[in-house]
Amino acid sequence: MITVNINGEPRQFPQAISIAALIEEMGLTGKRIALERNGEIAPRSTFATQQLADGDKLEIVVAVGGG
Amino acid sequence: MNDKLIIAGKSYNSRLLVGTGKYKDFAETRAALDASGTEIVTVAIRRTNLGQNANEPNLLDAVPMSKFTYLPNTAGCYTADDAVRTLRLARELLDGHSLVKLEVLGDPQSLYPNVIETIAAAKTLVAEGFQVMVYTSDDPIVAKQLEDIGCVAIMPLASLIGSGMGILNPWNLQLIMDRVQVPVIVDAGVGTASDAAIAMELGCAGVLMNTAIAGAQNPVLMASAMKKATEAGREAYLAGRMPKKLYSASPSSPTAGIIGSVRS
Repeated sequence: MITVNINGEPRQFPQAISIAALIEEMGLTGKRIALERNGEIAPRSTFATQQLADGDKLEIVVAVGGG
Repeated sequence: MNDKLIIAGKSYNSRLLVGTGKYKDFAETRAALDASGTEIVTVAIRRTNLGQNANEPNLLDAVPMSKFTYLPNTAGCYTADDAVRTLRLARELLDGHSLVKLEVLGDPQSLYPNVIETIAAAKTLVAEGFQVMVYTSDDPIVAKQLEDIGCVAIMPLASLIGSGMGILNPWNLQLIMDRVQVPVIVDAGVGTASDAAIAMELGCAGVLMNTAIAGAQNPVLMASAMKKATEAGREAYLAGRMPKKLYSASPSSPTAGIIGSVRS
């Protein structure tokens, strides 16, 4: 069991998973998002190969209306 | 007339930059942007909704990047670190897009910029290859420092964000324009069309606004008004206004040939 903090909310997963698998689980596959892992950008090209670890902090963002 | 706004080597026909926040819905956002004639639109970067609404409407569909130049901002950031992180995410989100709007705020009530944090963030971002359009106070010394750091446009407030108070200190804007070579774009404070015209008549390279349009009773009509005001102000600036004087000794109509006058 690992706990990953996503956008400020703790989420638990039965085992270590890749970022790509997490994105799919969250229903975000194919959406234009950007992801920061523990303060560093995780490039989209690395989603499939980066395995999440217990205690990771993720920020997943989109563009919204703003001035 | 060939009068383009050039920012970081790219030229734009419109000198009006428009924010995409606070509209009723995306349809209204798009209609207002189209009526404004804008080519550069600001967007915010926010955490995605992790809830169930997978088919939530998306800004990118209503305001496509193929039609508008996106200017991701750091609205809501109070530290240089948060602003830098936000724009790194923006660059990843927008496929390496490097033109950004930096704003680091000082307090949530006034939204006045924190220039110390702004300068720190600008240094980091320029070093990382971002093209930084920077929101700042109307302090001419700070403006010059931001230019020296390498910012591609200086964007002083005319009055506080969302206040609609108009151009409160035209003299400071003039001091900035006298010192800075990159485009000076009034960002924040414009309330109605005449404010945009005044900014442009002063010689500003452009104006950026959001609430003045989105907060109008009829945002699409106001967007159209802002387009005309920005263009009118620019043309008046280029035309060169007549000097102001308390009296005019020369009426507009001929002084000769007035009936009943005595011939000399």
